[in-house]
Amino acid sequence: MEYFVQQLINGLTLGAIYGLIAIGYTMVYGIIGMINFAHGDIFMVGAFIALIMFIALLSIGLTFVPLALLIVLLVSMAFTAVWGWTVERVAYRPLRESFRLAPLITAIGMSIVLQNFVQIAQGARVKPLQPLITGGFTVMEKDGFVVNLSYMQILIIVLTVVLMCIFTLIISRTSLGRAQRACEQDRVMAALSGVNVDRTISLTFIMGAALAAVAGVMYLLYYGVIDFYIGFIAGIKAFTAAVLGGIGSLPGAMLGGMIIGLIEVFWSAYFTIEYKDVAAFSMLALVLIFLPSGLLGRPEVEKV
Amino acid sequence: MAQSETSLSARLPSALKDAAIAAFISLALFAFIVGIRTVDDPGKLLLEPRPWLLAGFVGAVFFGRLFLNLFFWSGAHTSEALTSALAPVGQIFERISPWLTPALVVFAITLPFLPFTDRYILDVAIMVMTYIMLGWGLNVVVGLAGLLDLGYVAFYAVGAYSYALVATHFGLSFWVALPLAGLLAALWGIILGFPVLRLRGDYLAIVTLAFGEIIRIVLINWYSLTNGPDGISRIPRPTFFGLELTRRGEPSFHEFFGIPYSPLNRIIFLFYIILVLALITNFVTNRLRRLPLGRAWEALREDEIACRSLGINTRNTKLSAFAIGAMFGGFAGSFFATRQGFISPESFTFIESAIILAIVVLGGMGSQIGVVVASIVMIGGFELFRELEHYRMLMFGLAMVLIMIWRPRGLITSREPSVFLKEKKAVSGELVQEGKG
Repeated sequence: MEYFVQQLINGLTLGAIYGLIAIGYTMVYGIIGMINFAHGDIFMVGAFIALIMFIALLSIGLTFVPLALLIVLLVSMAFTAVWGWTVERVAYRPLRESFRLAPLITAIGMSIVLQNFVQIAQGARVKPLQPLITGGFTVMEKDGFVVNLSYMQILIIVLTVVLMCIFTLIISRTSLGRAQRACEQDRVMAALSGVNVDRTISLTFIMGAALAAVAGVMYLLYYGVIDFYIGFIAGIKAFTAAVLGGIGSLPGAMLGGMIIGLIEVFWSAYFTIEYKDVAAFSMLALVLIFLPSGLLGRPEVEKV
Repeated sequence: MAQSETSLSARLPSALKDAAIAAFISLALFAFIVGIRTVDDPGKLLLEPRPWLLAGFVGAVFFGRLFLNLFFWSGAHTSEALTSALAPVGQIFERISPWLTPALVVFAITLPFLPFTDRYILDVAIMVMTYIMLGWGLNVVVGLAGLLDLGYVAFYAVGAYSYALVATHFGLSFWVALPLAGLLAALWGIILGFPVLRLRGDYLAIVTLAFGEIIRIVLINWYSLTNGPDGISRIPRPTFFGLELTRRGEPSFHEFFGIPYSPLNRIIFLFYIILVLALITNFVTNRLRRLPLGRAWEALREDEIACRSLGINTRNTKLSAFAIGAMFGGFAGSFFATRQGFISPESFTFIESAIILAIVVLGGMGSQIGVVVASIVMIGGFELFRELEHYRMLMFGLAMVLIMIWRPRGLITSREPSVFLKEKKAVSGELVQEGKG
């Protein structure tokens, strides 16, 4: 029981990180109908910017963790958003009227470029960061087995839920969100009604990249090590989460992320740790086959 | 050119402003990733600022953008200008393509006996031919049937491991194991394809990617069968009708034919094996395109809904494309295993799938000769930059993006019609609208 509760907490934390990345996938897929394959690598870039910023802040003597965390979050979100914007501007916008698979292929190219660029610029080795947020609560204790809920895990889950609420409100209540939903339904009609489609799509990418940056910061703090390759696997799992929750739905992405996180953690805990990725990937195939519109998504109507 | 000379001074302010904006954005992009490097220090990381490198990056963006603005981009439609600038490349290909194919085949057959050929060139040629074969195999799936398969390397791996396992455990020879490996790969193509083929384009892509990863993870962890990350070594070499191409073979090739022993013999033999395998792939594909099955593939690529309303069984059509593509991948895989003599899961990563896909896409989807040109350019180019492992992957990714933007139809855009009345009319790539929407 204690073991189960501990795994539940770990799974939810991991799931929150996947959920944050998944929101970027789900928004982009919702609005332009393409898999932004480079999104996982945007997350990796965000984690690297956060790492450099943390070390810089610590080396100038700023050791008050909440302030440092706030600065790092803001800086990483801002600079990662520039990357997200640039990727869209360079690799996807010129292909908007091209055939369907073209943007997916440039996205794979962008993903390779980002991975190798960061590898060349920062080196291939694993980058560690000392633990900054330590300690936590003891939830329960029995027979010497302690269930811990660390401050880090609370921070990740709370921040994720708050961000998800903010972004859901942006999509459903603001004029930007209205423009996004309009572009999602019919891009030509939205343009005719005075929506600046290019700007809306750019802003979608910026929002997605900023959330990926938050996920990058959380990943860095939670695991304490990053390398240039973390974006690939995390990206596929987050995409799985987005599909599972229903493409286009933000709460769905969060829910999907939680489920994927739980599956992964419980699979490693009760079965074999080697096959945890297989479990997540099989989940992707099963969901797409049996539940193509996801848990909270709308069924897609095929137009002739 | 004269026209732009006159307006050069008029365009200067706006060009400067544009370049400054680009430089500012690049400053934001590179400030952390390039401007500061993390250096490993025992126990922690140190930061090493690199202002000059950063300044170099930003300066390059500024002046590059300024230069392009002033001399090349005379208006808004920059990508169109570049497309038209690159169009002659495609036209040249179109003009020489009738002679290109026979010339390349003759060149390939005579290559081992040309005076400048040494072992290194032959090794590169074998590698290029392997990728040509993989490209042709994937072309059936992506180029003809229009199914984006990001996990093609899985079938390559199935072929390689099938041969390696039956050869090392049951002692089957390469020529017996080759059809077996192809069949097994095709079977896996059907097993994997059956549940996923009703998915739409990019969902299919991501599921095939996931399958590719699953196969790799299983290969790493199923230690008792695959020997895990250590791989399988001592895979037998192919024989020439039972003659071994080694110094002390029983019976050996050079003794039987009474020629002096040379280690090159084996390399030349391998080169001809892959050449024949690749040509068979090409021949079969070209014949299939004329059959109802092949025409159904191409119809499926153009419009799936129309296809279904015409009574084509889309599931079987897709499955057959998947299985045949997988089979060729399996053949190439067992050739890879016998050439290397050693295989491990390391050789079958996603990047391999991406390279094969890039060859198909950059060559022009559906174009057989395009695959050849793209393989020679890319794998040959890869060899040139052998020392710069990561830079070449970077260049490779950039090439994928840039060619997609400038020539979305690939290097060879013209389509030879598979079926025609009276005369062949090549369709220019610009007019081909398939796959749109």
